[in-house]
Amino acid sequence: MAPIIETKGLGQAYERHQVLKDINLKIERGDFLALIGPSGAGKTTIIRLLDLIETPSAGQVFFDGIDVTRSSKIRLNARRRMALVSGKTRLKARRRMAFVQQKPTVFDMSVFANVACGLKFRHENKQDIRDKVERVLELVGMSDYRNRNARTLSGGEMQRVAIARALVTDPEVLFLDEPTANLDPASVAKIEGILARIISERKSALLMTTHDMAQGQRLAGKIGVLINGEILQIGTPSEIFFSPASMQVAEFVGVENILPGTVAGKENELAIINVNGVEIQTITDLAQGENVHVMIRPEDITFTRTRDTSSARNVFEGRINKIIPLGPLTRIEIDCGMPLLGVITTRSASEMELTTGSKLFASFKATAIHVIKRA
Amino acid sequence: MSELWEAFKTAIHLLVTLDPEVVQIAWRSLWIAATSCAVCVVICIPLGNMIHFNRFRGKELLLSVIQTLYSMPTVAVGLIVVMLFRRSGPIGPLGLLFTPDVMVIGQILLVTPVMLGLMISALSGIDKAIIETATSLGASRMQAYRICTREAKFAVMTAIVIGFGRAISEVGLSTMVGGNIEGYTRTLTTAIPLETGKGDFPLALALGIVLVFIAFLLNIALYMLQHRRAWTRLFIWRQS
Repeated sequence: MAPIIETKGLGQAYERHQVLKDINLKIERGDFLALIGPSGAGKTTIIRLLDLIETPSAGQVFFDGIDVTRSSKIRLNARRRMALVSGKTRLKARRRMAFVQQKPTVFDMSVFANVACGLKFRHENKQDIRDKVERVLELVGMSDYRNRNARTLSGGEMQRVAIARALVTDPEVLFLDEPTANLDPASVAKIEGILARIISERKSALLMTTHDMAQGQRLAGKIGVLINGEILQIGTPSEIFFSPASMQVAEFVGVENILPGTVAGKENELAIINVNGVEIQTITDLAQGENVHVMIRPEDITFTRTRDTSSARNVFEGRINKIIPLGPLTRIEIDCGMPLLGVITTRSASEMELTTGSKLFASFKATAIHVIKRA
Repeated sequence: MSELWEAFKTAIHLLVTLDPEVVQIAWRSLWIAATSCAVCVVICIPLGNMIHFNRFRGKELLLSVIQTLYSMPTVAVGLIVVMLFRRSGPIGPLGLLFTPDVMVIGQILLVTPVMLGLMISALSGIDKAIIETATSLGASRMQAYRICTREAKFAVMTAIVIGFGRAISEVGLSTMVGGNIEGYTRTLTTAIPLETGKGDFPLALALGIVLVFIAFLLNIALYMLQHRRAWTRLFIWRQS
């Protein structure tokens, strides 16, 4: 069976401004892919292209094996010889998908009528519409609002209506564009709860965009990192967070210690990397003499007042440059021949009586380090 | 002064007793304007959507032509219609000139640009996200247009009411193509100048009062539409 959605070299440009470049995605039924990336990276544009609201400036979109890139143009299709993709084909494909927009637009009618729209467009009969709408309103906890005009709802409520409206048609592909952006924490929790339920219940494919990395990690099975219109890496959440493929991905996913160095020695997998004269022990496939970037997540660094004899292979002595309290956590910047940034709980920071300039030991395991080649 | 007062009293009498001539003329006016207006609605709602939501070559030009036609003098439309429908004209053999039918056709030509222009501006007042949302929810083109028209309903209603107002109040076209034939093509606006010219002020005044009253009703209707939602359900679709 063909993947439900596939793109080949998809690109979009608005008046010469390149928004997306060479997007090659394959989404199978049952997949849950989260696209993460900074604002303006092109996340929404990808969804708009896949949902067939926009037509791309380059590349192709396949829905269930059929090229639906643009309408009313004769396209060659390898399997079907020649296929005329009419607007109707795109409409049919679109009717098997649903899209929850970041800023949901509800129509000036009751909540019930809003949710019923998609079913009416599909010419379902009245009884079915009533049953399905009631069921989905129940699911999103909006049953009591069925007769309210949707325009009078709060942002979180509108978002739930938008989710209900998308789910009611039982889509094979569900797109969610920042479904919880600009919502209060209580609404976010509610919506994530709904999404988690959908994910566990459905066999349809989901594609969600978010700039909240943690959300992608909580919900999705696979994460794609989109930066500047390009998908730089696709993988499981742990691959993305612990083994970023490039500097840009690493920076985006919160790897704050990215240090340039050189592989100085190797013994089987174990390597010694020279960073500014400091030797770090780690594990890498890269050969001796390679220029590399060493990446250490701040959470993986442990700070102690005395030289700790723990299992950590890397222990360095340094002086505190900066202490930045961030509520329950405190960020510590130390200089131990190389700059290191870590976090400890604010409670232990005060127990350890840390002050700027005081001596501190930083330690981290060889396995906590991710090494990539430096160009 | 007393002559005016007498005329006014007689006019009221004609109205209260539902004078057959007054009723007949008023009814014909309403019927002709309503028919042409209804046809315009059927033309302008889909056409307005098509023009507004599609990009095509010459769109700007088309929009400015439509706007220019807003102020098309009624007599100019009358002239064109007469030339087309007169005995020796291209559509002359139909024998429609000086009938109510040709008055309807003329009013359609007259009202369409106004209603179409107002329809387009009504649609440009709604958020682009509306049509995109409808499309993404699986609406066909026509279904999406229906949603957008519904969203712009008050501005659309205004377009219709203004179109009807233009149809019922115009004089030049009706005179030229209808011929002001008594009992056949005489309408409020063609009868008033005639009766005034003849010196039959009471009848002219009675007809004038009817015309003003219709205008008044239109405004009331518009006001009520904007303050009640009753029309909404009637107009597009009922909530199931």
